[in-house]
Amino acid sequence: MNLRNIGIVYRKELREALRDRRTLISSLLVPLIIFPLLTAGLGAAISALIGKAKEEIPAIMILGGADSPGILAELQSSNKIKIVPLQQNWKDQIINKEIRAAIEIPPGFQQDIANQKPVTLLIHNYEGDLKSSIATDNIQKSLEKFRDHIVHDNLAARNIPDSALKPFEIKENNVAPPEKVGGAAFGGVIGYMVILLCLIGSMYPAMDLTAGEKERGTMETILSSPIARVDLVFGKFFLVLTAALVTAALSVTSMGASFTILEHVHAFDQAGADSAQLQIHIGIVTILSIFIMVLPVAVLFAAGLMTIALFAKSYKEAQSYISPVMFIVIIPAVAAMLPIDLTAKLSLVPILNASLLCKELVTGTYHWTFIAIIFCSTCVYAGVALFLAVKMFQREDVLFRS
Amino acid sequence: MIESRGLTKVFHDKKRGEIRAVDNVSFSCKPGQIYGLLGANGAGKTTTLRMLATILEPTDGTAIVCGHDVNDSPEKVRANVGFLSTATALYPRLTSQEMVEYFGRLNGMDEPALKRRVDEIFSRLDMDSFRDRRCDKLSTGMKQKTSIARTLIHDPQVMIFDEPTLGLDIMTARTIVDFIRQCRDRGKTVIFSTHIMSEVEKLCDVIGIIQSGKLLAEGSLAELRDRFQEQDLEEIFVKIVAPLYVPVEAN
Repeated sequence: MNLRNIGIVYRKELREALRDRRTLISSLLVPLIIFPLLTAGLGAAISALIGKAKEEIPAIMILGGADSPGILAELQSSNKIKIVPLQQNWKDQIINKEIRAAIEIPPGFQQDIANQKPVTLLIHNYEGDLKSSIATDNIQKSLEKFRDHIVHDNLAARNIPDSALKPFEIKENNVAPPEKVGGAAFGGVIGYMVILLCLIGSMYPAMDLTAGEKERGTMETILSSPIARVDLVFGKFFLVLTAALVTAALSVTSMGASFTILEHVHAFDQAGADSAQLQIHIGIVTILSIFIMVLPVAVLFAAGLMTIALFAKSYKEAQSYISPVMFIVIIPAVAAMLPIDLTAKLSLVPILNASLLCKELVTGTYHWTFIAIIFCSTCVYAGVALFLAVKMFQREDVLFRS
Repeated sequence: MIESRGLTKVFHDKKRGEIRAVDNVSFSCKPGQIYGLLGANGAGKTTTLRMLATILEPTDGTAIVCGHDVNDSPEKVRANVGFLSTATALYPRLTSQEMVEYFGRLNGMDEPALKRRVDEIFSRLDMDSFRDRRCDKLSTGMKQKTSIARTLIHDPQVMIFDEPTLGLDIMTARTIVDFIRQCRDRGKTVIFSTHIMSEVEKLCDVIGIIQSGKLLAEGSLAELRDRFQEQDLEEIFVKIVAPLYVPVEAN
């Protein structure tokens, strides 16, 4: 290996990459805007939409209940629902989102309650629709209030205190520090995003420097120079790795900055009462730890993508080979968002291991054994990918595939 | 000096099996001489030249270029060779000067020597007006001049041209033909492939006629005319090639 030649190739590729709009967008712009957009933009948009949905007083219809004035009065007194006159097509109106729900009161409801006969109320709704589910909650709250009154009256009639039905209370107490709670909730997403952006950052340069070079006809030009092919591969590889690392570094920094800003403006408070307790504190140590763990993953992506893309005759063909790789990467990265704990076996599964580890690092947990296994195993996978890339560049049938 | 000794290249194709693209080709070309490799499409010209430029490895046989064996010292061979073909394109996002400098550096030139050489070549080829223009913004003629400058930057002793005028307009092709002639006049060893008879007649000191990977005939234009009793090179070519000719589509 000749370091001077590797440097010459690297500097030339870097110069070209910096003049290429597509590389700049995928490696610099996307990671810089994606986290602020996701955290502040998307978060604010979602909380605004949920808030708006909660503010709306849902229209509902009541089926039956003419012989049960008590429950009708309770429902009518609620300011969380708006009762509209019953129409025959009430079911279609729910489906068409003209009303949000309907409550069915069976005949003789009030009498049955007075006789202490078991009776069921049915709420018709649109499952999966947020506004219909809010309407259902509001109806349920109103009905629960009505039921509590009846229970209270029944117990009072028998001189039994209300506490007889509820001899004790159950409460939850979180012992994890707030930043760990936030990390556990968002850690999986962070690892997934960093790994995915690392892949996106290396994808375009990997294709451009291999299949793109073949397509433009510059491959034969460079092969006619005295540079050894191994130096050529390393020069190109370091550029793809730079793109992946720059993307990863920018995304981690942008992520840290986004959450820090968010922490200060208490933007989470707007999302709801529970989320007000969520805090994500991503310090410089966490950022560095994530970056170090992502390093071998970036090597794996850079070398792997170059190997695959080199086989293609054109940029377009390379895209069709690399698209399935996105799924191969996304599946384990998404899996890390599921409630899976890091184990010794999972530490050997590429990408999933790094993604799970990122989740732990964000919560401030450092399992050094797993960290060592993950770092070493990913280095081995990256080394194999790099070896394959060098081998691929020495195959004439690949370089001159027509 | 180029000396090809039984150069052979076999490709393996899943559908067609073993293909002998170049079959035991031997010839030599001396400094100050132009060797023209004449053949139809798919005859084996490009593969032969790619082996001489060490872009492809021979399956069998070898070639000695400027005293270096293509099998043993491919990098040393390439350091002494300037290779130009219609397939050797330019990097679109580099300027003309950056492109030439890149190849100068890859050829081990130090910065002061490189600067002097770039200035000299750009001045000689009248390229100063577009030296800072990106290659994707150059006209075809400017691109050809940049390619020529790229091949000349390290002052190679051997020049290999693979169908260098293919698809070019007359004026640009003329620039290339003049350049090939200048290379010979400067004492370089020149080998070039073509299927354009007029270029061969104008330029070549020795002509090698290749078909189906085999070198079927070799000699100066006068020798070939004498041997085949024909004045017209095209007729001579057809006489030699016809028995082995297989259209590319059927190949």
